[in-house]
Amino acid sequence: MSEVKSILLVGVGGQGTILVSKLLTAGLIKAGYDVKMSEVHGMAQRGGSVSTQVRFGDKVYSPIIGRGQADIMVAFEKMEAVRYAEFLKPGATAVINDYEIVPMSVATGAMEYPQGTIEAMKQEFNVISLNAGQIAQELGNPRCMNVVLFGAMVRALGMDHIDWEEVLRENLKPSILDINLKAFNAYK
Amino acid sequence: MKHLMSGNEAAARGAYEAGLKVGAAYPGTPSTEIFEELPKYKGELYCEWAPNEKVAAEVAYGASIAGVRSLTAMKHVGVNVAADPIFTAAYNGVGGGFVIVSGDDPSMHSSQNEQDNRYYARAAKLACVEPSDSQECKDFMKYAYDISEKFDVPVLFRMTTRVCHSKSLVEFGEREEHQPPEYKRNAAKFVSTPANAYRNHAKLEANLKLLEEYANTCPLNRVEMNGTKIGVVTASIAYQYAKEAFPEDTSFLKLGLTNPMPMELVKDFASKVDKLYVIEELEPFMEEQIKAAGIECVGKDLIGNMYELNPELVKSRVFGEQTEFRNVPVQAVPRPPALCPGCPHRGLFYVLSKKKDYVICGDIGCYTLGASAPLSAMDSCVCMGGGFSVAQGMSKAFEMMGDTKHKVFGVLGDSTFFHSGMTGAAEIIYNKGSVIPVVLDNSITGMTGQQDNPGSGETLMGDPAPVLKIEDILRAYGYENIFIVDPRDLAAVQKAVDDALASEAPAAIITRRPCLLLKKVKQEIGLCKVDTDKCRSCRSCLKVGCPAVFFKDGKATIDATLCIGCTVCAQVCPFDAIERV
Repeated sequence: MSEVKSILLVGVGGQGTILVSKLLTAGLIKAGYDVKMSEVHGMAQRGGSVSTQVRFGDKVYSPIIGRGQADIMVAFEKMEAVRYAEFLKPGATAVINDYEIVPMSVATGAMEYPQGTIEAMKQEFNVISLNAGQIAQELGNPRCMNVVLFGAMVRALGMDHIDWEEVLRENLKPSILDINLKAFNAYK
Repeated sequence: MKHLMSGNEAAARGAYEAGLKVGAAYPGTPSTEIFEELPKYKGELYCEWAPNEKVAAEVAYGASIAGVRSLTAMKHVGVNVAADPIFTAAYNGVGGGFVIVSGDDPSMHSSQNEQDNRYYARAAKLACVEPSDSQECKDFMKYAYDISEKFDVPVLFRMTTRVCHSKSLVEFGEREEHQPPEYKRNAAKFVSTPANAYRNHAKLEANLKLLEEYANTCPLNRVEMNGTKIGVVTASIAYQYAKEAFPEDTSFLKLGLTNPMPMELVKDFASKVDKLYVIEELEPFMEEQIKAAGIECVGKDLIGNMYELNPELVKSRVFGEQTEFRNVPVQAVPRPPALCPGCPHRGLFYVLSKKKDYVICGDIGCYTLGASAPLSAMDSCVCMGGGFSVAQGMSKAFEMMGDTKHKVFGVLGDSTFFHSGMTGAAEIIYNKGSVIPVVLDNSITGMTGQQDNPGSGETLMGDPAPVLKIEDILRAYGYENIFIVDPRDLAAVQKAVDDALASEAPAAIITRRPCLLLKKVKQEIGLCKVDTDKCRSCRSCLKVGCPAVFFKDGKATIDATLCIGCTVCAQVCPFDAIERV
């Protein structure tokens, strides 16, 4: 039985982690894996910290993981990488968007946004940091930031045996397909 | 072909395949998406959002009495609201199969408590069915209807957040139509007079005995023998966690029908293993019954009765095995949810936040976020509809203490008003209260993701509906001065608050503006910008608590990707440094 792999997507409610988890699960199902995925709804979505967990293998039982269980993390916002760091296996890979969203407590001056988040992550994990926002901007559509991160993640996890471009073609509207194919291949 | 589905979508599919004809529900996380899925099958079934869970349960039960298979769904605390009809429905029994979905929320991802609703099944004497993944959500739903009809009891279909919202692969079946016999009045069964209830109780007890016998052999409860050293009795999502946490030679008694407990099956399983564990989330529902039957087992002493579990927690609590993990030397600051940029609720809470002697009794909805800093404009939030009546109690207490300083507001949304706020509004008038009831009318049920309510004008099936006007209802109750304002206009909100407090006659406030996320309303999206030359860094704009407004290099800044140009921050700027462009 092949080992179950766990992927952790973290970010801020409204950043669009949903599309990435949809593409990811679609590809994994195509490749014949058993797949489970867990996400949050309701109050937690209102601009709060959010996490989605995707697990795949021959047979997956739990849709969620605990501390020290994730093989890879994709952080859509860099402070969120730190918040969920304990869920990663020691030495695991973290793909981190070098992008900052200020929480209310920081905006009001009650707290300070932590400095050195990515450097701190590098001390314990194999970090791939990229400014996906800027890459997406240069491609001409800031909204495809998530697919830039998605491309970086599947390469980091070594899931090249799945035809991800075909997954994109099957799951995206033709009008946004080209830009997202570019976004997917933008970071190598 | 297999489909990746959430437990909610799969439960809806299961009800459809089981021949569901009439469904009624009230939205509540984590159960909402079950009924959002049902309109897909329009033409073959009827479904609706009811004003509250009690009404929903009654509508569904009515359909059951008429003979068809019916469904109701709600979050765990919704069952508190619907408990009255549910308890009596158990005594009466069913016509067509009657299934009540309870979406429990361990860890309170989106709830005010984490009550374990399996106890409702025991207290009300219902069958309790617990799926552990999406395939079971679909398959067990069919069994639930069969059980309901065969044993003449309503079925509590108990799901939890992780069962509702996690996605796994599901294989579909075909729909089976159930043609009920022609309706005939059966008063002895369905009219719950004391004499009928007296007989019905005995019938129910006899049916539960038969159901327990069935539980011992039914396919919902299954044994997985892998060894004789360790045995685990488990159900629901805890089964998935235990499968990963326990060694491979562990045997499992995996229960899908947990009330009544199949005690003969448990006894037999226990006799085959050296050590018996009971792994369940929240309360020791199974464990207590197993112990009461004289079977030795270990559970809550190790596992605990609070918050949700996961495989790692089960492993460390049962075996003391710590999974290795790393923390990093930088700490993240909290990022709690907040009112959306441009949220129409912001204006009212900003105005109320300015006076320290305002007491604000809030309610359940997005607007509970008015309690968050920096608005911090809330004294209490208890339950759906509690805003007005808790306010009345506080106001009466102040009156008895001779406290005239505190002014009390009851604050709730339009959906909550129709749910159970109306009775509180009647209470304030009838018992001569001085509370100012405030309805935040954004014309939809917002927090759960845009479900209609009697003020919305469209039903779940997509048909136009009459719009019940909140001001007409309040006026009929006797509120003579009703101030209706756009919450985005802070001066108007301030005036409404002042006028309502000054009013001799009973007064109420309605803030009216559609939720920004409401797709059918065309929103005037704009953008506010800060003139940094005019900004004097006074930080007044930060007090509105908008996620788009923050300070950078000592000056106010607005995130252009988040701002929708509502101008609330511009209205509070004393130096006119913010403008909508």
